[in-house]
Amino acid sequence: MSLWQYANPVKFMALSGRVLPTLTVLSACLLITGLIWGFFFTPDDYQQGSTVKIIFLHVPAAMMAINAWVMMLVASLIWLVRRHHVSALAAKAAAPIGITMTLIAIATGAIWGKPMWGTYWAWDPRLTAFMILLVFYFGYIALWSAIEDSDMAADLTSILCMVGSVFALMSRYAVNFWSQGLHQGASLSLDKEQHVHDAFFYPLMICIIAFILLFITLVLLRTRTEIRLRRASALVARGAK
Amino acid sequence: MSLKVENLTLTRGGRTILSDVNFSAPAGACLILRGENGSGKTTLLKTLAGLLPVEAGTFHAPDEEIAYSGHLDAIKAQLTVRENLRFWAGIYDASNMDAVANTLSLSDLMDRVAGTLSAGQRRRLGLARLFLTGAKIWLMDEPTTSLDGHTTKLVAALIADHCAQGGSAILSTHVDLDIPKAQTLDLTEFAPTADQPSADPFLAGDYT
Amino acid sequence: MIALLRRDIVLAFRSGGGFGLTLGFFLILVMFVPLGIGSDADILARIAPGILWIGAILSCLLSLERIFQIDYEDGALEALATSPIPLEGIAAAKAMSHWITTGLPLTLVAAPLGYLLSLPADLYGWLIASLLCGTPALSFIGTFGAALTVGIKRGGLLLSLLVLPLYIPTLIFGAQTVTRASVNLPATSALMILAAISLFSIVVMPFAAGLALRAALK
Repeated sequence: MSLWQYANPVKFMALSGRVLPTLTVLSACLLITGLIWGFFFTPDDYQQGSTVKIIFLHVPAAMMAINAWVMMLVASLIWLVRRHHVSALAAKAAAPIGITMTLIAIATGAIWGKPMWGTYWAWDPRLTAFMILLVFYFGYIALWSAIEDSDMAADLTSILCMVGSVFALMSRYAVNFWSQGLHQGASLSLDKEQHVHDAFFYPLMICIIAFILLFITLVLLRTRTEIRLRRASALVARGAK
Repeated sequence: MSLKVENLTLTRGGRTILSDVNFSAPAGACLILRGENGSGKTTLLKTLAGLLPVEAGTFHAPDEEIAYSGHLDAIKAQLTVRENLRFWAGIYDASNMDAVANTLSLSDLMDRVAGTLSAGQRRRLGLARLFLTGAKIWLMDEPTTSLDGHTTKLVAALIADHCAQGGSAILSTHVDLDIPKAQTLDLTEFAPTADQPSADPFLAGDYT
Repeated sequence: MIALLRRDIVLAFRSGGGFGLTLGFFLILVMFVPLGIGSDADILARIAPGILWIGAILSCLLSLERIFQIDYEDGALEALATSPIPLEGIAAAKAMSHWITTGLPLTLVAAPLGYLLSLPADLYGWLIASLLCGTPALSFIGTFGAALTVGIKRGGLLLSLLVLPLYIPTLIFGAQTVTRASVNLPATSALMILAAISLFSIVVMPFAAGLALRAALK
């Protein structure tokens, strides 16, 4: 018995089918608790007023935007090394969720930025890094949808994910270098986590855990859909023969 | 120098196409693959050439003794015949370029731009690559498509010559080639039977 | 590999090879800048490094699709894949010939085009050095992108979408080298990082491209 047995579609479907209801309820409860606590039962910041409360959406979404890519990278490597179909499909399933998280992070950041910096968008290194992450997601999803053969698509997207990770990381640091060059920077830093007050800390943690569970729920759900799609096309192919 | 195929099973997109293929091609043998479209001729040839992965089973042949020629000629229309030949000679580190050009009666065409060649001349230039590889075992996918009767005969004669000199050839074709001592291998006998369990992991189980 | 390199260079210069197209595109792009934003020499001089780098990247993008597509369509790639040369070697030779027919000429014409954009005289050295150090990365990364999309019909647009994000670090350090030099900041560090990115791409990308080709030829 090993963890790898769940890489088998049948086993995966059985297990994910069993845990999904619990996960769904749990992530919904935590999300509601965390957000209500964060929005209504925390004090206003003395500098930022109530605008600071968008942190409860912004920070978890930004974290999951990056974590989703890391999960795709791990799943891609598993596919390349061990050829588990479920792994490749899980990576495929995670990409649209990752891109949504990235968009939520950028959108909430813009809404937060308007009252704080007086602008929806500035070419701050962190904002730029998220924009870059967004285009990497675009490329990954586009490559999946461009290739007919599912195994070949899994191979090529996995390779892209691997190489893309290296260059995304490189871009992240390149952007820091570039921004210094333009003498912007420190005043627009988004490093709020370090200064976060205790009253904000607990609801924020709940929101972060809720987003992690939400992500897992959505990935499982979408992977199940992808498996069913593959099964359907395999059945059609067998019928056509 | 012989090619030996044992219990080879091939799949394409999760679907088993051929199962338990067994045959051997000793030196001097010419094997003609038969079977309708989709019966796995191209898949088998590509697998033997090392372009496709093997699902199960084995085949034995040293890599450097295998030369593969697909549907297309791999000719650059902007280059002259000589440049085309010199390129492939460079790739295979071959020194017999002029001899090959002679054998395929390309010597008079050497300075012609390949784009101006007739279909038969193009095919000869394409086949020249197989000679340049120096490999003994030729894998040829439809070597005579879109050729007239005369050129088809010429190609058949070249293959027969190659086999007579101790080489071997495995080829797929729809037309009858006049090659003495050629054996036929019907791939339909290796088609998977309906009751065989599928290799596709997504067909297993009973979830919906 | 030498044979492949030589053939690809010859093909690029023969009719329909696309060598002239790249340079023509670069010229038109640079010409569009003053037409679009006005001919003020001060503004042009300030944005010239960025424009020249973006122009070089876009011109380079034009010829990426040809790297494997033509060989794929006429069967030569399949034949090469079964030849004694490993796919990694094929990718490296292709990237090298792409650089010789694209990156190198772009570097050479960048200086006169810089003059058209009123680039200050003391920056030509930095511009040429940055392009010389950076364009190999463009070719090797681009070859990887071309390998990913080799089996896709009309994959040109997709290729751009895949490759351009990978060009971000090269663009940043390339343009920064010249920009920093223009405001009297130390530019050597940017140039060194740029060269490091190129060396990294030269070493790693042929392997990634070989992996992609192997998957795409199945």
